[in-house]
Amino acid sequence: MLEIKNLHVKLEEEDKQILKGVDLTVEAGKVHAIMGPNGSGKSTLSYVLSGRDGYVVTEGSAQLDGHDLLEMEAEERAAAGLFLAFQYPVEIPGVGNMTFLRTAVNAQRKARGQEELSAADFLKLVREKAKALQIDADMLKRPVNVGFSGGEKKRNEILQMAMLEPKLCILDETDSGLDVDAMKLVADGVNALRDEGRGFLVITHYQRLLDHIVPDVVHIMVDGRIVKSGGPDLALEVENHGYARIQAEVA
Amino acid sequence: MGLPQQKLDATEERLAAIQVPESGAWLSDARQAALGRVRSMGLPHARDEYWKYTRPQTLVQPEVPHAKVFQAYESAVFDDIERLRMVFVDGVFDPEASDDLTLSGVEIEPLHAAGAADIHWARDLYGVLEARGQSPVERSLAALNTACANAGVLIRVTGKADRPVNLTYLHQTEDADVVIHNVVKVEEGGDLTLLENGPGGARLNKVMEVDVADGGAFHHVRTQGRAHERRAATHVFARLGRESTFKSFTLTVNGALTRNEAVIELTGDDAVAHVAGAALGDGASGDFHHDDTVFITHDAVNCESRQVFKKVLRNGAVGVFQGKILVKDGAQKTDGYQISQSLLLDDDSQFLAKPELEIYADDVACSHGSTSGAIDEEGLFYLRSRGVPREIATDLMVVAFVAEAIDEIEDEAIAADVLSRLQAWLERRRG
Repeated sequence: MLEIKNLHVKLEEEDKQILKGVDLTVEAGKVHAIMGPNGSGKSTLSYVLSGRDGYVVTEGSAQLDGHDLLEMEAEERAAAGLFLAFQYPVEIPGVGNMTFLRTAVNAQRKARGQEELSAADFLKLVREKAKALQIDADMLKRPVNVGFSGGEKKRNEILQMAMLEPKLCILDETDSGLDVDAMKLVADGVNALRDEGRGFLVITHYQRLLDHIVPDVVHIMVDGRIVKSGGPDLALEVENHGYARIQAEVA
Repeated sequence: MGLPQQKLDATEERLAAIQVPESGAWLSDARQAALGRVRSMGLPHARDEYWKYTRPQTLVQPEVPHAKVFQAYESAVFDDIERLRMVFVDGVFDPEASDDLTLSGVEIEPLHAAGAADIHWARDLYGVLEARGQSPVERSLAALNTACANAGVLIRVTGKADRPVNLTYLHQTEDADVVIHNVVKVEEGGDLTLLENGPGGARLNKVMEVDVADGGAFHHVRTQGRAHERRAATHVFARLGRESTFKSFTLTVNGALTRNEAVIELTGDDAVAHVAGAALGDGASGDFHHDDTVFITHDAVNCESRQVFKKVLRNGAVGVFQGKILVKDGAQKTDGYQISQSLLLDDDSQFLAKPELEIYADDVACSHGSTSGAIDEEGLFYLRSRGVPREIATDLMVVAFVAEAIDEIEDEAIAADVLSRLQAWLERRRG
């Protein structure tokens, strides 16, 4: 589903190489986790895949279902089925959460040649999905993420994911800033979306999120490369011994 | 001290081209006095300090710059609001298109009819608040308006109006040179919402004088029409009594030239005055120059004033803000706030801001701020990453930017109506 080959990326503003040859394949129905120390390039990978400005791909490719992601605008990637749950969801004052969701859902449907959802159908759908994430009517009415707590922001990300039904979900440090209960709620939301047609790329510092969202494959990223891949046990190894040992191992 | 020759010539040239209408004694006296003011001040000239950022030429010259009539396809703003509607076509009151003028607690008379009488309550206000507003800064276009206006409405509010009054100014002729003068007197405890919409004409000179007595409330919401080539100079002069409220909001989309002046005097203790505006201009669809000039005078204790102005500019559009808070000696416990912000969607657009505070009392809290910035790239990417195309995402950010000004409208239904029109207009613009 997602195929990344030899991806090299540098910053646009300064001559700094962040990704130095990433190879990664995420199959439909699988959950892949990427772990790594600060500054290893995990978040950059998520931004480059989702089409954020400020990065230059110097080498390599990234494809989603055979389509060249790197040639597409951010909105086209979303319509093609890519979704990034932000580490820091952005506050948009003045735009109602519901308006935003509906605009996004219908823009994607339009881009795919589907009919737009009617107001009634949309409302029904959003209420159903919001309920499972314990998002109340008030949160839906308020401006996007404005005044939301950390947990509310992350649940709101998962709600968007549930509404947009992407093929590939990237979760960037979704556990950051969450207490145990909030993390459980978010993880349940993600697990409910696990499906054989859908792939996940879960980026995290810590193993604890992976107790709740159990991955099929764990990758360790260090200095812009994936240096080691393995089963869920690899996450435990990191938890017990830190990244230093792996870094030493592959050096 | 004489006027510079150029200014004198331009003034006489314009005065030679106007006709002061015939009327009863009270109005005729007011008009003659206003003519005297115009002659002594002279009409605005490019060298005047107060017109440093906006060229007055096309507002002053006798010839009317033509303006194409804008064809709107959607239903008009305020159509969903239950209101008493008065329609002016190219500056002439159209009784056929207007509602019956009966409204409980409110007396409404067209200016041309009331002007025929020898004496009228409006005598104490018509041209009077305008004249007060000529100091310390001259606003001679307003005096010109007082001298020659023959259309407008006189409203006296004695109770709480059960619905808003809506003045609609239609533009139908390419060379319509329109002068409108409204007077509103809110008596003690009176409460009125006035809605205004429409471009008015190819060139519009509009004055509104508002006197809010102790405990009265006046809410004003206007949209200035979307005609691209229209030009307008508008003035609002307001005087506020004790514990009174004055709140005004203006939405401007398009327009070759707009100068909106608000001159507000808080003369009674505990009065509240809010003025807000949102202006959106795109130089690609014609010239856009929008100027908000505000002068608020605190002359009583414990009053609050608030100015919130937002401008969204692209493709060479120009926005101007001149805002002043004057706190007179003795106006203690004044709470004054002023913010003017622009969202510049490209490098070609310009925002010129001149915020001023002049304070002669020692126990006051006044703050002001002015910012210019590009669109928030983080927010834009967030929206796009959800599949919202760049143009729609930009418009969502634009709406988000002006929302703070629209929020100044107290009535939620009216605020929602204004917001939904704005969204529809942006959508139409995207095509």
